[in-house]
Amino acid sequence: MKSLRLILWVPLIGLIFFLVFFLKGLNQPEERKIESALIGQPVPEFTLAPGMVGRPGLSSADLRRGQPRLINIFASWCIPCRQEAPQLEQLARMGVPIDGIAVRDRPEDLARFLQSYGDPFRAIGADVDRRVQLNLGSAGVPETFIVDGRGIIRHQHIGVITAADVPNIMAAYQEASR
Amino acid sequence: MIAEAGLILLWLAGAMSLLQLVLGTAALWPGKGAGAVSALETGLNPLLRIVRPVAVAQGVLVALSFLFLIWLFLQTDLSVKLVAQNSHSLKPWLYKFAGAWGNHEGSMLLWVAVLAVAGAAVALFEKKLRQDTLIATLVAQAAIGLGFYAYILSVSNPFERLPLGQIPLEGNGLNPLLQDPGLAFHPPTLYLGYVGISIAFSFAVGALITRDVGPVFARAMRPWILGAWIFLTLGITAGSYWAYYELGWGGWWFWDPVENASLMPWLAATALLHSVTVLATRAGLRAWTIMLAVVAFSMSMIGTFLVRSGILTSVHSFAVDPKRGGFILALLALYIGGALLLYGLRVRHVKEGSTFEPVSREASLVINNLLLSVVLGIVFFGTLFPIVAQAFGHEVSVGAPYFNAFTGPIALFLVALMALGPMLKWRRDRLAETARRIAIPALLSAGTLVAVLVLAPDTRPLPMFGLAIAVGVGVASLAPLAGRNLRRTPLFTWGMVISHFGIAVALAGMACESAFTKETLTAAAPGQVVQVAGFSVKYNGVQPVTGPNWTAIQAEVEVRRGDGEPFLMYPEARLFPTPPQPTSEAAIRTLWNGQLYIAIGEPSDPNTQSGRRQLRLWWKPLVTLIWLGGILVAFGGFLALIGRLRRDRRGKVPALAEKPSKWEAVR
Repeated sequence: MKSLRLILWVPLIGLIFFLVFFLKGLNQPEERKIESALIGQPVPEFTLAPGMVGRPGLSSADLRRGQPRLINIFASWCIPCRQEAPQLEQLARMGVPIDGIAVRDRPEDLARFLQSYGDPFRAIGADVDRRVQLNLGSAGVPETFIVDGRGIIRHQHIGVITAADVPNIMAAYQEASR
Repeated sequence: MIAEAGLILLWLAGAMSLLQLVLGTAALWPGKGAGAVSALETGLNPLLRIVRPVAVAQGVLVALSFLFLIWLFLQTDLSVKLVAQNSHSLKPWLYKFAGAWGNHEGSMLLWVAVLAVAGAAVALFEKKLRQDTLIATLVAQAAIGLGFYAYILSVSNPFERLPLGQIPLEGNGLNPLLQDPGLAFHPPTLYLGYVGISIAFSFAVGALITRDVGPVFARAMRPWILGAWIFLTLGITAGSYWAYYELGWGGWWFWDPVENASLMPWLAATALLHSVTVLATRAGLRAWTIMLAVVAFSMSMIGTFLVRSGILTSVHSFAVDPKRGGFILALLALYIGGALLLYGLRVRHVKEGSTFEPVSREASLVINNLLLSVVLGIVFFGTLFPIVAQAFGHEVSVGAPYFNAFTGPIALFLVALMALGPMLKWRRDRLAETARRIAIPALLSAGTLVAVLVLAPDTRPLPMFGLAIAVGVGVASLAPLAGRNLRRTPLFTWGMVISHFGIAVALAGMACESAFTKETLTAAAPGQVVQVAGFSVKYNGVQPVTGPNWTAIQAEVEVRRGDGEPFLMYPEARLFPTPPQPTSEAAIRTLWNGQLYIAIGEPSDPNTQSGRRQLRLWWKPLVTLIWLGGILVAFGGFLALIGRLRRDRRGKVPALAEKPSKWEAVR
């Protein structure tokens, strides 16, 4: 009978066990950013052909030339990318070198996109099969990385860079410049 | 003034629940001992006669308070914070109405309203229960209510006014995903079940307090469990269909924490429904039945906590406020902990039930309970594991692969046994006899299995066995009607048969959907024809359309099945401006043997003039059976409820052997 009596208390003990975790979960800081596991890691090796005529392509070697850069993953078919374009231009005017990776795009569409929405890019690599995008740990467009002069990823921004995000991006860029 | 009136009503309801708690406790206080009880029975103690009316008053007051909130939403009174944040003057009236519970504060008010109305219903209609147990039940119900009144009045006031200068000219609008006719009724239905099961909890606590756990108690509790269970079943079925057509992913169950939060009380309530039958008929499984009643509503409260505290992220979580999470957690600890403490202290005094043989109706119901509990455990663990892992610094999400792999086989086994259970006799049955009864369904199952193996050898094992079991169980579930005069068969036997049949129907739908769905994803240019599962689908292009509070891109698709008549379908991608959010409105065409499901996606390249659009096409054979089965299960429950209530009305305590039949019906 004694063991049976113990069993009667098992549900209560189980409850207390979960309550402890609930309490801990509640007090967890709210900030839950999904960061790429690649932050602090070197950029994966890649070489991309030019995305359009008259513009250099992009390779991981270009990112190790001593100067931090901003890598913008975008596409001419991506509607949010249009909203982001003015902020990229603003960053370019502020002196941030920007390279683009165009995902699943066509040269003529790209040219039209840049003509309509502005062209802040130094180089544009054509990521035809999305492999480079996925290797960078990016799932969607637009997405932006800041890479320091040694080719190490220092910052990731998921989604559109809004006007309110510009100071953060600038701060991350300056951080990477040090 | 409506908001203030609503708030006052709510305070009054809270006061009533306090009064109910105090009066009831005073009546039951051990100091008065048996005297109190006998006074109760003779109706001499005036203090006690007042407990029931107080419970009714509480229910009426809080229901009125909730109606006042609905009124505010219908009027779009923007001086009320909740309305300004969740409604919009241009919304169709149905969504203004539904907006009352499409947010945190309103849904909590609905929660406590259902709780109090259920308590009032017990006070009004419950006649079988011993008087002292009834008072104890109302005390428990009042105790739960009191905590949630305190919660709403202190940190979650739905009637809060905005300061004069901050009244906006227009409201924020309701979350567009929730702007759907199905959703107007899904939460209230689900809550009726979800919170209605609190009655079972309070009954269990009441019976523990007065040590009154026996067949009479079980018979009194059973209709209340049935009622809540019917609504839970309907709510889950409706929620599943809503997710299916509104989220545009073509799936019907996503193992989202909130879906699980509704499934867990259902699993517990289903087990309870079966164990209470053993208690009512054979006076067995006493402690276990009490445990299940506590667990069922505990699952509802844990679900409420998971959803309302924002501890897990989900489509259903609204505004998150850590103070609120802490409050609900404290209530959770108090009520579940209190009930389990009482259980640990008191249940050993519960008399041992009558015994039975390994091959008997009781034994099959015990196995049913064990398997349901295991499934419940798996779902519970999978849902909460992310929280446990997070405490150790890991971010994990548990998804469909875990749930399907672990619950699938056990659930199949459970359904297979369901064929057998109703055929067994109470107390003792013979194995050979049983084998003979199950032979035909078993042969049908085997035949189906062979047919699937031959015709579609690529089918994965789970859907393959699912289909085979569904066929066998579908036939076997009708067996209790065999050899009976159908017009004289009791309604609750019909109910059981229809519910079990509904489970088989739903299982057949699930198996077909997962085994035979055909999916095509293409970027179609206008005029292009795409083939899927014998349908030719011609994409005619898109046009903009405007709704009352949204704009959309609507595609026109011309579908022809084989050489049949062509018909048009119009999948939409909607954009709601307040708050800005795109949603997908899939176009669904229901045919006799399945559904064609079409959703449109992004334009594949908007800068060219090609006008190509992503089209997702699914042919889902027999998928409708899933929800049809769910409705049958609920309908069976409804028949059983009517049958029970009628028999109670006639005031007969059913004898153990009623009209003997070939298959003894479940009682």
